[in-house]
Amino acid sequence: MTASSPSTVASDVCMSLQDVTISYGSFEAVKNVYMDLPKGKVTAFIGPSGCGKSTVLRALNRMNDLIPGCSLKGRVIFDQHDLYDKRVDPVEVRRRIGMVFQKPNPFPKSIYENIAFGARINGYKGDMDELVERSLRKAAVWDECKDKLKESGFSLSGGQQQRLCIARAIATEPEVILMDEPCSALDPISTLKIEETMHELKRSYTIMIVTHNMQQAVRVADMTAFFNAEAVEGGTGKVGYLVEFNETENIFNSPNQQSTLDYVSGRFG
Amino acid sequence: MRSAPPIDAFTLRRRPPQEKLIDIGFRQLTLVLAASVGIILLAIFLTVFSGAREAMATFGFKFLTTSAWDPVNEQYGALIAIYGTLVTAILSLLIAIPIGLGTAIFITEDLLPSKLREAIGLMVELLAAIPSVVLGLWAIFVMEPAIRPFLNLLHTTLGWTPFFSTAPQGSGTAPAILILVVMVLPIITAISRDALNQVPIELRQGAYGVGTTRWGAIFNVILPAAVSSIMGGVMLSLGRAMGETMAVTMIIGNSLNFSVSLLAPGNTIASMLANQFGEADGIQVSALMYAAVVLMVLTFVVNVLAQWIVRRLSLRY
Amino acid sequence: MSLSTPPPINHFTERLTLHYDPGLKRNRFNQVANAIAAFFAALAVVPLFLVLIYVLIQGGRLISLQLLTDLPPAPGLEGGGIGNAIIGTIVVTLIASLIAIPVGVGGGVYLSEYAQNGWFSKFVRFGNDVLAGVPSIISGVFVYSLIVATRVFFDQSFSAMAGGIALSVLMLPTVIKTTYEGLLLVPQEMRMGAYGVGASRFVTITQITLPAAFTPIATGVVLGIARAAGETAPLIFTALFSPFWPEGLFHPIATMSVLIFNFAIMPYEAQNELAWAASFVLVIMILGANLLARWISHASRS
Repeated sequence: MTASSPSTVASDVCMSLQDVTISYGSFEAVKNVYMDLPKGKVTAFIGPSGCGKSTVLRALNRMNDLIPGCSLKGRVIFDQHDLYDKRVDPVEVRRRIGMVFQKPNPFPKSIYENIAFGARINGYKGDMDELVERSLRKAAVWDECKDKLKESGFSLSGGQQQRLCIARAIATEPEVILMDEPCSALDPISTLKIEETMHELKRSYTIMIVTHNMQQAVRVADMTAFFNAEAVEGGTGKVGYLVEFNETENIFNSPNQQSTLDYVSGRFG
Repeated sequence: MRSAPPIDAFTLRRRPPQEKLIDIGFRQLTLVLAASVGIILLAIFLTVFSGAREAMATFGFKFLTTSAWDPVNEQYGALIAIYGTLVTAILSLLIAIPIGLGTAIFITEDLLPSKLREAIGLMVELLAAIPSVVLGLWAIFVMEPAIRPFLNLLHTTLGWTPFFSTAPQGSGTAPAILILVVMVLPIITAISRDALNQVPIELRQGAYGVGTTRWGAIFNVILPAAVSSIMGGVMLSLGRAMGETMAVTMIIGNSLNFSVSLLAPGNTIASMLANQFGEADGIQVSALMYAAVVLMVLTFVVNVLAQWIVRRLSLRY
Repeated sequence: MSLSTPPPINHFTERLTLHYDPGLKRNRFNQVANAIAAFFAALAVVPLFLVLIYVLIQGGRLISLQLLTDLPPAPGLEGGGIGNAIIGTIVVTLIASLIAIPVGVGGGVYLSEYAQNGWFSKFVRFGNDVLAGVPSIISGVFVYSLIVATRVFFDQSFSAMAGGIALSVLMLPTVIKTTYEGLLLVPQEMRMGAYGVGASRFVTITQITLPAAFTPIATGVVLGIARAAGETAPLIFTALFSPFWPEGLFHPIATMSVLIFNFAIMPYEAQNELAWAASFVLVIMILGANLLARWISHASRS
């Protein structure tokens, strides 16, 4: 288990969560998470609904700032900075830690502009046409898009829209890409394509993905974190916590905890 | 113990004929009531058009391009009023759009605690509820004296342009424009606020996710997504501003002489109707009806355009 | 152990620190834009306060029992009140409501419960939007030509009835729209349930559907009445004005809104003061109705 509390962060660690507790108002959604997310790997967050895995993911690039009343205790270390330090600019954080959302959400702009927008505001000075093509190729959606770059992003199918959103995220060349159940709104074929895209992407990026689909975690992830939720005494709802974090193989074949075994073997959740 | 109901109490029975009659009658009644909208609309158009026929035959399209309004010689042209209607409505919108849109953004984004934002929204809505005649009274006795020094300044510094070439003299086009701003501001704010609130949260997150700032997201993603509803609201306000009567009548000066200067008294179709209709007779009534036709056509076109914009230009998201 | 190859060339030069830098162009721009939006919001709220303060002070200080119950003075004389105008506003608004509410609710019921979204219902809804956009002064011109000039009511020209009808033309679109939209919110299951126990269309609508949509309809109707009570333009040459107590529905009648208009432009101090006093009464009534509407829709939600 890596649930220890290192005061210094090893060089192969991309992000380090140190005793992170996230609350909505006075209600604690997820509690006391310790985790060292390794660089250059795909880490999957799995667990039953309401265990706080999406909440933790969104905390990694300060997306939770957009939710009124959401607060975080503890430290999230990235590039030797605590992301929740008062001096840190959340905009800067999101430029280096990109995100792909559950529902495809292209901007109301052309396909070309969807990609170029993020790059431009990030101060990109190079050849924009080249960047758009490269990003769309990396996201494996170039063939479908190349003849209609001037058309609205909404003219694409759901799966294509989601890959457009992935292309949008990688166009800004972030160091980390967060994916919040990126395939939950898609059909199996689109899902497969996006998983192929992820295999390509992990050569250049650190990826963290929340998924409901355990097979998907096995297929794409090097590391897997299993979250669970338990009712607290006197509380109104369930509080999420990190049960186990290890190589994907270990989580699915020889987990240390009984509840992990129960979950991955389909006995609950 | 009550005795059991007689056996035939629930046997299949025919609905009494009067029940069927009520059913059919009620349906026909509501049909007629719904049709009354069309009938009233048609009646308004027919009444005003037929009233205007005499003036239309006498003055033709010259009515729209000449500015004589001379009851003694029975010569009528509505140019002053048409010009005044368009100028006051358009200029007031040009001022109200940035203010209304800025307010709407301010109360939909998380710049303030939500209680305070709701309070501002409520106050803007209450401003819309204040009767226009009360705003006119306020404009005469409070607003106009208060802005007079400012208008004087405009005249002394910009008097070389035709738009400020006359000395302010109490009522005039400029104060009318300002009171119109107060009246259309709540409409623009309310519609923009609804439009911004309808932009899905996912789009907002997407914008923040690639690392935009708040205003980067607003200008590049949120406003483009809401633009069709906002444009529709702007057109609706334009129609309202053109037809607005009381406050404008009380402060614009109801001049029958043409002047380009915004500081001089002017006139609008609606205020001309309010001032003269009650006392007019003969062909003057018909000339006023002709002006009313012009106003109706203007507001009709603008309102239909507003609905068309909202329906046709709305983005899928 | 590093499987990762960092992005080949980094085109993004601005990545130096994660710290918030207030001097950055984008952050300065944000600050300026925040300030401008706040300034505009303040500008939008200021007129309400200025109008309310003046109406409350200028009008409120004049309020007395005598003012609320006396007739206006003759030009040049002091004192007097706005009693006839208060009654007149109530009478005219009541006439308008008695016409517009049944017609509007009935029309809304047809659109939502009977119409099959065919050309007729599309036409009526389009016409309703057009009617809502017709300038209020046009409604006055219309009723003047139709009723006042033709003297259809007992050979009377200007009358409270004509004024009420002119106002009802303005109220009608609001009532139809709120009824229609309120009924659309009633779940289909509720109608099915009523049909399922053998209720007729009429019984279902009057006893199940309409009561279920009461809140949105009532809210819209109250707002419509409040707007009508403050309207002036349709009344100037339909209800006209009268310095006396109301003589009947078919005679000219004083209303607060027309009183404000007439007295505001008179060169007499006493008349100007009565205009402020009438504004006070009118604004209190209208803001009260608005808060009532808000309370109706709020009370039902919680």
